[in-house]
Amino acid sequence: MIPEIGYFALVLALVIAVAQGTIPLIGVQRGIDSWAAVARPAAVIQFVLVTIAFLALLQAFVVSDFSVMNVVANSHTNKPMLYKISGTWGSHEGSLVMWVLILSAFGAAVAVFGNNLPPALRTRVLAIQGLIAVGFLSFSVFLSNPFERVVPAPLDGRGLNPLLQDPGLAFHPPFLYLGYVGFSIAFSFAIAALIEGRVDPAWARWVRPWTLASWGFLTVGIALGSWWAYYELGWGGWWFWDPVENASFMPWLAGTALLHSSIVVEKRDTLKTWTILLAILTFSLSLLGTFIVRSGVLNSVHAFASDPARGIFILGFLVLVVGGSLTLFAIRAPALKGGGLFAPISREGALVLNNLLLISALATVLLGTLYPLFLDALTGEKVTVGPPFFNRTFVPLMVPLIAMMAVGPMLAWKRADLAGAMSRLKVAIAAVLIVVLATFYLSGNGPVLPLLGMALGAWLVVGALTELSGRLKLFRATARDSWNRAKNLPRSAYGTAMAHGGVGIVILGMTASLSWETEKLQVMRPGDSVDVGGYEFVFEGARNVPGPNYTALRGTFRVLRGGREITVMEPETRTYSVPPMQTTEAAIKPVRLADLYAVVGDPDGNGGYATRLYHKPLLNWLWIGALIMVAGAFVSLTDRRHRVGAPARRRRRAGAAAPAPAPAPQDA
Amino acid sequence: MRLKFFIPLLAFVVLAISLGVGLTLKPRDIPSALIGDPVPEFSLPGIPGHEDGLSTADFGNGEVVLVNVFASWCIPCRQEHPLFMELARTGGIKIYGLNQRDKVEDAVQWLATFGDPYDRVGSDLDGRAGIDWGVYGVPETFIVDGRGRIIYKHIGVVTRSVLDKEILPRMEQARRQAAETAETK
Repeated sequence: MIPEIGYFALVLALVIAVAQGTIPLIGVQRGIDSWAAVARPAAVIQFVLVTIAFLALLQAFVVSDFSVMNVVANSHTNKPMLYKISGTWGSHEGSLVMWVLILSAFGAAVAVFGNNLPPALRTRVLAIQGLIAVGFLSFSVFLSNPFERVVPAPLDGRGLNPLLQDPGLAFHPPFLYLGYVGFSIAFSFAIAALIEGRVDPAWARWVRPWTLASWGFLTVGIALGSWWAYYELGWGGWWFWDPVENASFMPWLAGTALLHSSIVVEKRDTLKTWTILLAILTFSLSLLGTFIVRSGVLNSVHAFASDPARGIFILGFLVLVVGGSLTLFAIRAPALKGGGLFAPISREGALVLNNLLLISALATVLLGTLYPLFLDALTGEKVTVGPPFFNRTFVPLMVPLIAMMAVGPMLAWKRADLAGAMSRLKVAIAAVLIVVLATFYLSGNGPVLPLLGMALGAWLVVGALTELSGRLKLFRATARDSWNRAKNLPRSAYGTAMAHGGVGIVILGMTASLSWETEKLQVMRPGDSVDVGGYEFVFEGARNVPGPNYTALRGTFRVLRGGREITVMEPETRTYSVPPMQTTEAAIKPVRLADLYAVVGDPDGNGGYATRLYHKPLLNWLWIGALIMVAGAFVSLTDRRHRVGAPARRRRRAGAAAPAPAPAPQDA
Repeated sequence: MRLKFFIPLLAFVVLAISLGVGLTLKPRDIPSALIGDPVPEFSLPGIPGHEDGLSTADFGNGEVVLVNVFASWCIPCRQEHPLFMELARTGGIKIYGLNQRDKVEDAVQWLATFGDPYDRVGSDLDGRAGIDWGVYGVPETFIVDGRGRIIYKHIGVVTRSVLDKEILPRMEQARRQAAETAETK
């Protein structure tokens, strides 16, 4: 019964979405207010209906209702509750429902909290959200019904892919989708602006919080995926340039560019067409990501089972959405008026360069991901593009971008003084010299690349701190004055410094862990010991341990440093019965400035076990840096000028104080 | 209306057409076109430790062989490698390695670290031979029968169940067929 209610709610949501996507759009175009008024209630009802559908599916998974095909295919009675719940979005069908749930939640948020938006803009944005929902809901209803029954119901399910039975991956998709789908709001705003033929600083200020939040969520999603790969795949790697990883990385790059170019629109009323194009591009790449994962055009370890009908549907949807919006862009964009001029060396100039580099980097990733496909389509030849391609093309583009990142925030708008900015960065320059010398001293006469990586990371971290301390006049004004400045400094300034500094920390972590890791692979018998990066690993043996739905081979290592025991590490190799599969659970122990990483593998039949031990310097800085980046995005989000309704409230207060209401201030 | 604003649309049209064509190709199916065909014409140099190299002449001498496509930059290859080591230890099966787009010294280093199960190794620096073999991604594993025909191809990591259920039975069957044809002659 409940699954039928769920399916019915989905169908109803589709009907509502069709109404939401058409009636208000006509209403606002023709000036029929009652038609335009449909948008807000429709968005809310659509959210309620999709929530009902999602809860119905969740219920089927929680109680293991094996009369539902999707539950049979992805669940099992003796699976832990967390993974029964995460199984809801672990399959293609379920993940689509979650996608639509987030889409409709964002739409409802615009409808409910969007009081400060001009009514026509809000109506158009909601209508476009409705049209996107039509696409995804019809995909779900007609081609990927998550509630399909199976008769007779089997006694037990086939189980969820054990690789997905992991806390990191349980929450990886929801965050990724929050990011992907969040960019749909920026997209809808862009399309609405193209229809209206008007983009102004106020528009940028409305779009910005959505972009910031989406970017933050997407960063969390990517970091979770990477963290999962790090400890679950058991080879100590955290990024493989796999098509599916690239699929989430491309919208991130475009979204980062959008985040920066929308600042220019907001502050300087220029770069408008470019920003609109970026908003379209970012969401299109989110859709392309969906296409790559689900259609089977590219092989990947993560790919959902492919179905040609689904691939054709997604491609059609992609053509409609992206082709349609780019056509609209081609026709309407020339009408958008450009704003102020600026010198090449200025904040705007720096942001343009940032955009160019980010988009070039995006292009290389896109090319590397789709090149095999292109060549196949054109010549029938097959090639594979491995990490060597990405390392050779992507990294060189990142170097100037990062070098510039520390300077950019110090440049003034319109026309800036590069020499002045550099002189303010003399502390950062000194820090870079110290880091390079220290690295050189510690690592000896090594290759140049690690030095460059460490220098860039240090440059960025110290640069971000310098920028912040400059704003606060630390050490130059009295402590009291600095404190007052700290209180009054816009939150977005803190956000910028945190995000940029976070990138610097990530780069330090990447460089150090890749350049100076120690890797030891060997067969060990109980009692054997191996020295890894100054730590002594003593193998105590391995034994079988039962888990809820697997048996684990658990190895025990005592780790000593200088003869003193500092920790015990217990990696596992788990063998699942349903479906039959082996997974690796690496034991990871952060120690001073490094991660220790241990994996126990198959027995050799003579009492020994294959073991892999690693010492990875600064690796956890990757996660710390990513967290700081995300925290930066959310601190920036609390900036006064983004707070929902803030301009309206301020206007009211201004109106009460002065007889003539002043227009909303353009800048906070 | 200015033309430069149409550039994004044009770029997308090209992309969409390629995706559409890609969809009809279904990469998972294409390699099967090679199944039943003789091994392509190729000749590759070896690497230090395997100076003989690998070429078409090494196939079809009455022996069923396994061809494993590997590379030092390929992380999944490390997952399947212990299984090939095990096969090499138990003996009786010839395994050829097709080293894809690798630096020779990296490949040597890799085999030194993870073990060397291969009877022959061909170094396919530019991936030419890989294309002739229809290699889509790394790792891939082929079975070539005693007459030098490709009878099976596995894309992706060889797991124990793939080895036990797909690869070993097929090799056994091919070996029996080879023995039968030898008898009838």
